[in-house]
Amino acid sequence: MTTTYREAIKQAIRDALNRDERVFLMGEDVGRYGGCYAVTKGLLEEFGEARIRDTPLSESAFVGAGIGAAMAGLRPIVEIMTVNFSLLALDQIVNNAATIPHMSGGQFAVPLVIRMATGAGRQLAAQHSHSLEGWYAHIPGLKIVAPATLEDARGMLWSALEDPNPVLIFEQVNLYNMEAELAADAGAVPLCGAAVRRAGRDLSLVTYGASLHKSLVAAQLLATEGIEAEVIDLRSLRPLDDATIMASLARTRRILVVDEGWRSGGISAEICARVAEQGFYDLDAPPARLCGVEVPIPYPKHLEDAAIPQVETIHAAALELVRPSGRST
Amino acid sequence: MTAKPHLDREHARHLLGQMLRIRLFEERCAELYTQQKIRGFLHLYVGEEANAVGIACALSAADSIVSTYREHGHALARGIAMGPLMAEMYGKANGTSAGRGGSMHVFDRATRFYGGNAIVGGGLPLAVGLGLAEKLRGGAGVAVCLFGEGAVAEGEFHESLNLAALWKLPVLFVCENNLYAMGSAIERTESETAIFRKAESYRVEAHQVDGMDVVAVEVAALGALERIRGGAGPQFLECMTYRFRAHSMFDAQLYRDRAEVERWKERDPIRRFGDWATASGLLHVADIEALREAASAEVDAAVAFAEAGAWEPVEDLCRHTLMDAVPA
Repeated sequence: MTTTYREAIKQAIRDALNRDERVFLMGEDVGRYGGCYAVTKGLLEEFGEARIRDTPLSESAFVGAGIGAAMAGLRPIVEIMTVNFSLLALDQIVNNAATIPHMSGGQFAVPLVIRMATGAGRQLAAQHSHSLEGWYAHIPGLKIVAPATLEDARGMLWSALEDPNPVLIFEQVNLYNMEAELAADAGAVPLCGAAVRRAGRDLSLVTYGASLHKSLVAAQLLATEGIEAEVIDLRSLRPLDDATIMASLARTRRILVVDEGWRSGGISAEICARVAEQGFYDLDAPPARLCGVEVPIPYPKHLEDAAIPQVETIHAAALELVRPSGRST
Repeated sequence: MTAKPHLDREHARHLLGQMLRIRLFEERCAELYTQQKIRGFLHLYVGEEANAVGIACALSAADSIVSTYREHGHALARGIAMGPLMAEMYGKANGTSAGRGGSMHVFDRATRFYGGNAIVGGGLPLAVGLGLAEKLRGGAGVAVCLFGEGAVAEGEFHESLNLAALWKLPVLFVCENNLYAMGSAIERTESETAIFRKAESYRVEAHQVDGMDVVAVEVAALGALERIRGGAGPQFLECMTYRFRAHSMFDAQLYRDRAEVERWKERDPIRRFGDWATASGLLHVADIEALREAASAEVDAAVAFAEAGAWEPVEDLCRHTLMDAVPA
C-alpha cells in the first residue's frame, strides 16, 4: 500500500504500544495536539492519557524521566520536537543515558528510544533546522540512526525498542510527507548496517537521511552522462558500517560523502578519516565531501537551499570527482 | 503526621549504629585518601549522617533511591554492604560498580540504589522517571531523591518538581541543605533561601526539618512517605544540616569561619543522639562503645575486602559501554 513516512512512524508506534504494555510515549504536544509534525495524531484517543503523555516544555526533565523509567523496566519512547531543542536535554542524554550502564558496572541498562526531527528545508531558520546527529554520533553508549525510507522508519523503531541501549532516531523534516509503497507486514530493521540503494561502478555517494533521495536523483542524472554512481545509505551513524563503505570503495575507487551537517568535525570527517585509514590504497582520487555550508541555517528559501547539499551540487561534486575539470580526460 | 517511629532500645541501637558506621567508614576513607588508596574526588558526609539514616529507616525494599556524589552515607544506610562500597572507592573489580564509578558513582541494583549522580541536579529527572514507572505499573514503591541545596539553582530542579507535582508521582524529594554549594554560601546563590518555599510554589507539601536530629528526620520521612503512599503525590523535605569537613579533599575552606564549623559541631548528630539515648536510659555508655567497636571492625573488614580485590582486566575496558541485554 502507498503511505507516508509520517504514517510509517505512527504505525510503528502503534505496533509497539499494542505489542508491549511497557511501551509509552511522551513529549511536547504528542497527545492533544497530535505531534508537532503530526506523527502521533490520533494516538491519544486510541491509547489514553497514561500511555500518550503530553509534557511541559521541560526537555531535561522529560528526557531524564524517560531514562529513569527505562532503568526501572519500562520502554519509553520520548519525542523531542527538533534536534535544536534536544540541547536542553543534553545533560540527561550525554551524562546519564550514555554513561549509567558503564558507570554502574552493567547493573542498569537504559532501553530508551528518543525520536526527534532534524535538518533544514522548511524555512524554519537557525533554531529549528540544524543537523546535529553527527554530534551525537561522537558519544559512546548511544546508538544513532537516521531512517531515510518508509521501511526503515517503521522497522528501526521496532528494533530500537528491542535494544537494551539508548537509541536516538533522527527524522529529517522533509521526509515526513514522502510517499512510497510499504508492505502491510513490514517488520523489524536492524539498527546497524548501511544499505546499497543503487549499485554503480564509478564512484560511491555515501549519505543518509533526506540527502539520500537527492543523491539518488543526482545518480540518475550522472547515469545519463555515462557515470554510474553507487549510493550508500548509512542508516546508522553510530555504529558506522565501515565494511559496507570500504567494500563499495573497493568497487568504485572514488568516494563522495554527502551530509547536511557541517564539515568541521562532522560525521563526514569521520567517514573520510576511516576511508584514509582502511581504504587508502583503493582510492583513485582524494575522498571528497559535500556538506552543509558553515553558517547557521538562514530563513529565506534561496539561502536555505544554498546552505545544504542539493541535487545540482551533488551532481557537480560527483562529476568533479570522476572527471576533474582541471584535468583533461 | 500520624506515622511515628517506635523508639525502643533496639531502634535506638540501630539509629546510632548506622550513623557510627557511616562516620567511621568515611573517616577511614579520608585516611586512605592521604595514603593514595582512594583517588579522584572524595566528598565526605561527616556531620550529615542523621539525614541518610533517618530517611533510610523509613523506606521499604520496594522504594528506590537516587543520590548524589556525596552518597556514601546514603549507600550504607540503604543497606549496601560496606566491603563492596570500600572496594568501589578503591576502583577494584569487587566494588559495587566493578570499580568503574568510584566514590561519586555508587550503584546497587539489589537495593534499588540508582546511583550517585555527580551532575548537580542531574538525578532529579531520573527520580521523576522512577516514580512514573511505579505509577504506570501500579506499584507501591516510592522514588526518593536526595540532593543538596546547590541543585535548587539548576533548571532540572524546577522542571522535575513541576513534572512530579503535575503527574502526582510517588517521589520524595529530600534537599540536604548544608548551606554551601561547594564554596558558595546559600545567601550568595539564592534569592529565596528558604528552599522548601520553592517546592510549595509547585503545590508540593514541604517541610523544613532539623537534619542534625535523626529522629526528627525519620518522623518527617515516615509522614511524607505515608502521604505519598496514600496518593497525595510528591512530598518535599528540606533537612537543615552541615558538613563538618571540606567539600572535597582539595578544599582549603577559605569561604567559612572555623568558629561557624565549631558551632555546628556542637550539634553533632551522633553525639547528640547518643547523649539523649543514655540520658533517657535507652542505651548505656557501654552499648555505644560496643556499637563503635562493631563499626570499627566492619570498616577494618571492608578495607581488607577492598585490598584483596582484583583490578578489572584492561581487556574489559569497554565492557558495558553498550549492553548486550537488559539485566534481569
